[in-house]
Order: sequence, then C-alpha cells, then structure tokens
Amino acid sequence: MNDVILSRIAEALTWTGRYVERADATGRILDAYLHRMLEDPWRDENVACRSLYAILGMEAGGERVDMQQVLDQLAFDSRSTGSIEGALGAARLNARSAREAVSSEMWECLNSTWHALEDQRLAARRTGPYAYLELVRRRAALFFGLADSTMSRDDSWRFVVLGRSLERVDMTVRLLAVRVLDAPHAPDWPTLLSASGADEAYARVYGGFGDTPRVAEFLLLDRDFPRSALHALTTAEECLSALGRPRQDPARRPIGRMRTRLEYLDSQALEDQLPLLLRDLQQSCMASADAVAERFFPYQGPVEWAQEGA
Amino acid sequence: MADIFDAYALADAWDEMFERPGEVRTAYEPVLAALQPIEPSELRFRADQMARSFTDRGVTYAFAGEERPWPLDLVPRILDALEWDLIQRGVSQRVRALEAYLADAYGPARAFEDGVVPWRLLLNSPHFHRAAHGVEPPGGVRIHVAGIDLVRDEAGDFRVLEDNVRVPSGVSYVIENRRAMTRIFPSLFAEQHVLPVDGYCHRLLAALRAAAPDGTQDPRVVVLTPGPSNAAYFEHALLARLMGVQLVEGHDLLCRNNRVWMRTTRGEVPVHVVYRRLDDDFLDPLHCRPDSVIGCPGILSAAMAGNVTLANAVGNGIADDKLLYTFVPDLIRYYLSEEPILPNVESFRPDEPGQLEAVLDQIDQLVIKPVDGAGGQGIVIGPKVDAKTLERTREAVIADPRGFIAQRPVALSTSPTLAGDRMAPRHIDLRPFAVNDGNDVWVLPGGLTRVALQEGNLIVNSSQGGGSKDTWVLAEGPAASPAPLSAGEPLDVAPRQLGPDGTPTVVQEGAQQQ
Repeated sequence: MNDVILSRIAEALTWTGRYVERADATGRILDAYLHRMLEDPWRDENVACRSLYAILGMEAGGERVDMQQVLDQLAFDSRSTGSIEGALGAARLNARSAREAVSSEMWECLNSTWHALEDQRLAARRTGPYAYLELVRRRAALFFGLADSTMSRDDSWRFVVLGRSLERVDMTVRLLAVRVLDAPHAPDWPTLLSASGADEAYARVYGGFGDTPRVAEFLLLDRDFPRSALHALTTAEECLSALGRPRQDPARRPIGRMRTRLEYLDSQALEDQLPLLLRDLQQSCMASADAVAERFFPYQGPVEWAQEGA
Repeated sequence: MADIFDAYALADAWDEMFERPGEVRTAYEPVLAALQPIEPSELRFRADQMARSFTDRGVTYAFAGEERPWPLDLVPRILDALEWDLIQRGVSQRVRALEAYLADAYGPARAFEDGVVPWRLLLNSPHFHRAAHGVEPPGGVRIHVAGIDLVRDEAGDFRVLEDNVRVPSGVSYVIENRRAMTRIFPSLFAEQHVLPVDGYCHRLLAALRAAAPDGTQDPRVVVLTPGPSNAAYFEHALLARLMGVQLVEGHDLLCRNNRVWMRTTRGEVPVHVVYRRLDDDFLDPLHCRPDSVIGCPGILSAAMAGNVTLANAVGNGIADDKLLYTFVPDLIRYYLSEEPILPNVESFRPDEPGQLEAVLDQIDQLVIKPVDGAGGQGIVIGPKVDAKTLERTREAVIADPRGFIAQRPVALSTSPTLAGDRMAPRHIDLRPFAVNDGNDVWVLPGGLTRVALQEGNLIVNSSQGGGSKDTWVLAEGPAASPAPLSAGEPLDVAPRQLGPDGTPTVVQEGAQQQ
C-alpha cells in the first residue's frame, strides 16, 4: 500500500537524515578540536575556536572566544539548527511528522536521544563535553544503523540516505576549506582526519600522517571510505537515480558531474585545484538539494480556492 | 513485610477487585497473588521504568501544555468471559441501532414520523449536516468506528454513559497499555488467558477498505490528521503505521473534479477512503469554517459525489448528542425489535414538558451535562458544588433547556490503583471500541479503562488529569494452543555452523594441510 510517499514526508525524511548527519559531524569536529587543544599547550584557544566557527559557517563575533562559548553555541543551543542540540531537535520534529514512514525504532532512537541530551548537557558542565559528544556520535550511528536494518530499500529510505549524503559532502568540504582557504587558524591534518572519523582508515591506507595532498586526496577521492566526498556523492547519485525518472534530472546532474570529475581527477594536480574544487563541490550539492526540493517537495502554498467548483 | 493492600479501604461503590474487605473476586485472584508480595519500592521502580519507556517512545499526552508520559496504572482491570459477552453484545447492539438511526435521519425519517423521537431533536442539532442528507454511503456504513463509554454502578451493573460515533479516540492507548504490561509483568500474562488486542488495526483497515466507493479496484486508504500539534497525533500516527497507510495532513490532499488526490513524490495519487481524525467543522473550509487551514477544500463535495468515503461519515454528531442518548433504548426497540442489553444511566430531558421542573427541584441531587460537551467539560455534579455554581447552572438550564440533560449520579466502580506507595480505590470507567465493516460490528476485547487519579473524583478524562489501566478480557477456558506453522513434514533445518570453535586460525590452516 505504501508504494508512494507524500511530498511532505519525503522532505521531512531528507531533513531528518541531514540533521542527524550534521549533529554527528559537528560532534566529531568539536571532539577532535577539544582533544587537540588539551594535548597542545601552545595552541591559542581564541584562534582555534575561531577556526571552528569558520568551519561550521557561523559568526564568531569580535570578542575573544573560548571553548565554553563554542560549546554553548555549537553544541547546546537548541534554537539553532547549526548546533548539535538544535539539529537533533529538528531531526526529532521531522521524524515525528513522518512517524508512519520511519520505523518506530528510528523514531524512538531520536526521541530518547532528545530526552537524554539534557542530563548529558548538565554533566558536561561539570566533567567536560566528552560523554555528551560520545552520546551524540553513538546515537547518530544507531539511528542510521536502524535506518539500514529496519527500513525497506524504498523511496523513504532513499530520501533519508540522500539527506545524509548531501550533508556529509558539505561537512567534509567545510573541514577542508578552512585548511585551504583560511590558513592562520586552520586545523592541522591529524585534527582534520580525526574530525572526519577518518584517522584510522587513513592510517590503514597510507600509514603515518603528514602528507598534506594525501589527506585531501583521501577525504575527497577515496572510493571506499564512507565519509569521503566521492563516496558520499556516489551514494547520493544512486539514490537520485533510483528516485528519478527524467533523463535530464536537474537534481542528479550536478552530483553526477562532480562525481565523474572526482573519479578522474589527477591526484597530482589536486593541491592546485583544491580551492576551486571545494567551491564547486559545495555549489553542486546546493544546486542538487534545491532541485530535489523543487521536484519532490514543491512548496505547498496557501489553499487553492480556484480549484473548487470544477 | 509491607503489604501494599494493607490500607485498602473500600469506597462507597462497587469495587472491581474485592467483593468485601479482604475477599478478592475470583477473576482477580492471580493478579492479587502476583502483586501482593511486591514491595512498594519495587512497584514504584516498575512504574518509573514504564513512564520512562513511554517518554522515550513518545507515548505521551498533553496536560497543562506539558508533554507527559501516558499514565498507566500497574493494576489491570479484568473482565471475565461472561461480563465481556454482555458488554460486547450490548455495544454491538448500540452501534447497530445508532447506525439505523443515522440512515433514517439522513433518509426517510421514519422514526420522526412515527413519533419515536421528536423532529426538533434533529432540526435543532448543530451537528445535522444538510450535506449528508440523501447520501447513501457504501455498505450503508456511517459509523466505521465507535467508542461507547460504560460505567459500572453501585450494584455492579454496566450502564452506558455516552456514545462516541464522530472521532472516538483512545484505542492507541489500549494497544500501548498492553504492550507495556506484557513487558512489566510477563509471568502474569503467561498464566492468564487474556484476549489479545493487536488485531484492531487489521480489522480497522479491512473495514475502511470495505467502505471504499463502489467499483474501486484497490482502494487507497489514508488517515487524515490535524498534525503533530494535535493532542491525539500519537494515535493518528500509530494507526497509520500499523495499517501501513499514509498519514496525511490537509495540505497533502487536493481535490479536483470532485475527486481527492494526494501529493506524492511520484505525482498526484488518488485517494478513496479517508479515515479522518478531525471534526466535521474543520474538514472542509469551503463548507464549514473558512478560517480553518487544517482541512481540505472540496473534500465534502467529493464525498457527496460518492468518489471518496469519509470515515466516520460527516453528520454523525446527531447520533452522539447527549440528548439523543436518552432516546437510544427506544431506538433499539424501534429499529432492531430487541430489548437493550446495556441500560442507560437514568436521565432527564429538561426540554420536555414537566421535566424541567423535576430537574430544577432536585438539581442539587443530579449531574447536569451540556449536550455538546466533550472531554468532561462543563459537567456540574449537583451534590458536590456550592450554592453559587448551582444557581448559575439552574439559570443556564432555564435559559436553554435543549442544551442540557440531567442524570442521576452514579458512583462509578472503583479499582485498586497505585497512589503513593499504597493501593487505594479509584473510580474507573470503560470505553470499548467497535469497528463496523458493514457486515459485522466487531468489538475489540477490552477497551480503554480510564481512572480518576484523585480520591473521590468521578471525572476520568486524561485531559483532566486522569490515568488508565490495561483492560484484560479473560478467555473462556484454556486458550487454544496456536496451530503449527506448517502441518505435515517436519522442516529440514540445517545444523548451525558454530564457527572455528575458538581454535586459532593457524591450527585451522594446519588442519587443511592434512
């Protein structure tokens, strides 16, 4: 009976996937930075914090910023979907409005996470945010694990995965962009790898750290690592191809083009092209997300009175 | 050891568990035996666990603007096979009579011509919808789902308190209560033969599909909800999920050429049956409230044209009007030629000659109910209110006799309920749910038992802070053992591969070399 999904539900599912991925990625980034800062006594807190704001595309303000302010704004601010708590709250509301489309276990995962956050936030004030960030990471993994094991591979599932993939590309690009474009307070490569959850996977492929182009290559071009831009783009493209019918799919085209470009990119030339490539990646994802919205969830405007009496 | 029933003093009402102090009714023996040895702290622990699981799973309700876990009491309410048989027949009979009344009122109007019910009952009703007149619904069904509120009086007799045939709610909590109880007291369930409640959605979907417009090949059913901010949204989502149908909001639907479509990612898809969970007034801004944006413009015209079935039908409100309630026993005799199985609560109609005076004379002894009230609002319990309220009520009744009924107060039966760390008697009622597929009125075994959590309180609605109990209907005799999945040949199951048996890989390689 559920061979089709409502446009409204599709939109809610896409954003659920996006928000959970955003919370997860933000949690990883914060964790990597905090860890780094503790281990490196010479690091300037203000500079490192500004770099965090830059990555997440948020305004830091003119004053000195410290870790507490970062956490308040990027982790605990429930009013902003740019923070972990805001993103998880928005994911919960979206899943709630699509409750007959997501599985009960997925909804319960988000709902109980939401209820558990408050305690962890209070604990974070006393003992530091690690348990909080770990909870977020675990629950995000649980959520997507449940999506994979309790949802049919139908359009509903595809919208969740599409949302996650687009957000994933965006977050990876943000991490790299700061390194490339904003050198003064850029994260070092180990931080960058660990913020992407990629440190161990990278080590397995290349051994030790230190080679700048290689890290960028790994995070952008690795075929097998699920958080690499290429992998996420490939997944997004698969979802779109299964969702769509028209040949010239404006949602799929920008993603497909980027994917092919990455596939055949000369890794020697990567470093020179990086700024341009990152900009194009971000723009392609945005163009695709816009086209998805236009095609699958057209704006449902005010009630159309003119239709009556036909 | 502290006994949680130590301080249990029977109230001035029929008690569900105890016949006399210390003397338990047969059906409750196993439950008492299971509960009695439990320490109060242990009971509290289980209650907290349960509340937490309700919160985590989003089984909540809105109370005073706050999201609270659904209040389920740990002591079940038990109905034996005989009691259930009576209730089940009585509820089904009532639904059949109300169904006949609706068909009559929106059709030939025989009962009015024959003087069984006065014309003014129909013509004055704010729920009479001209739009529904002359519409013959598929299978003749207007009441697809009914919730009939029952109470047990001082003598232990079940009486009907109210009929709900518009959008009765609460069935999701029957399902959730059972789910929670089987987890908290698994062993108790293993010993008892409690009839299951999980067949509800299957029955509901079958009834809704049967209600599709004639000639529909593969009817598409949807549940229409006002949205997540509605207090019953949890229920709407649960029903849609368990039936495997779409949960739509008004703006997900659109009407064109008197047909209803929904907006999906694969284009517009036709809809044939709408199980609507919003009131008539909000369904269609073209016909009803133009200020409402939660409905779907044009849906009523589509229903009138016979292209979509609304369940329950528009205009059912004339059948669960509290004034009509007083006529239902007569309707049962008139339409079905049967005697009512479940009696009403003794009632007065102030707008009938002579009755207004009778009501005013003993107003301090009666319960006065507005005929349009819902959720326990506006009810005045004569013996319990002060003179000022009484005077105001008297004036209101004189000003609008059609707007009220008066009833003899019934001391609802009580059931042991966890209050603090002891059991105390609390008043309860029962809302069984019936599903009508056109051939058969099926009643879900059990129903929602609501509890007034404050001592002596008679109002059980959850919107007024009431709680609930799982309702067990005991099967007659031992439960039939489930049939084997496949008869005949035993399944050929391959032996399980148990892995390398903890032996290191090196040794395995060595083994291969042999």
